[in-house]
Amino acid sequence: MMPILESDAGSKPGASERLVEQPRAQVKKAASVNIQSDRDILSARQQGRALAQQVGLTSSDQTVVATVISELARNILLYARPGALTLGVVESNGRRGIQVEARDHGPGIPDIERALRVGYSTSKSLGLGLPGVRRLVDEFEIVSKPGKGTVVKVKKWK
Amino acid sequence: MEVPILKQGPYLIGSVQSALTDADLLQLRDTLVEKVGRFRSLGVIVDVTAMDVMDSFASRTLSDIAHMIRLRGAETVIVGIQPEVAFAMVQLGLTLQGVTTALDLEEGLTFLDRRTKKHGAHSVPRPR
Repeated sequence: MMPILESDAGSKPGASERLVEQPRAQVKKAASVNIQSDRDILSARQQGRALAQQVGLTSSDQTVVATVISELARNILLYARPGALTLGVVESNGRRGIQVEARDHGPGIPDIERALRVGYSTSKSLGLGLPGVRRLVDEFEIVSKPGKGTVVKVKKWK
Repeated sequence: MEVPILKQGPYLIGSVQSALTDADLLQLRDTLVEKVGRFRSLGVIVDVTAMDVMDSFASRTLSDIAHMIRLRGAETVIVGIQPEVAFAMVQLGLTLQGVTTALDLEEGLTFLDRRTKKHGAHSVPRPR
């Protein structure tokens, strides 16, 4: 499965999905949270918000980061338990931001295109999870191997 | 953390005090739907001022609450969605369609007073 890299939040899915060699961003790992219950979702997003605050993201973007973490953690809880979120501070060309990596060993997503379409959901959620997350962040990357698991990596820059 | 529910005349007020887990949200839903019958309430206000995040699950649960309460014969108003929470919600595509919202508790009570008066019920004095 090829990774889908997306650096332009809000652009049309499909048309803009492309493989781009991004300039290597330095990632400093800050926290890792295993997602095994709904309490872990809460803990992850509180840690994420604190980190976003440290990095200097606006209060609005802190909420965005917390919301993204909530959605990604819930995906793990619903489809691919157990999994973990890794939160980190990224730095590239003097810019700082937050990286959230959600890694699970679940069934994988057979059709990523479809999973990224608004309204598509295999569970009882609204089907807004992944497409919504993609709209909220600056960079979005997903790699999924059926039977092996999924890694979603997103960045929100200051 | 459990959400305390206050009875204020013909209304119930669920006042979220901190970030909620999924289980807390579901419990809030079940408690409100049960209490609205026990107290024969005409309206319900859920104050989410203290909620840190409104993700798809929270949004869906609040929407479920409003629709279930309506099926029970009462009105629901969600109050106190903060500006940055509203921003993230809209980006996520969460609009709480079909759910009444108001700026704060006071506006929520005003709405319920107006709404229930129309149906012949008595309004209550506003809390100070």
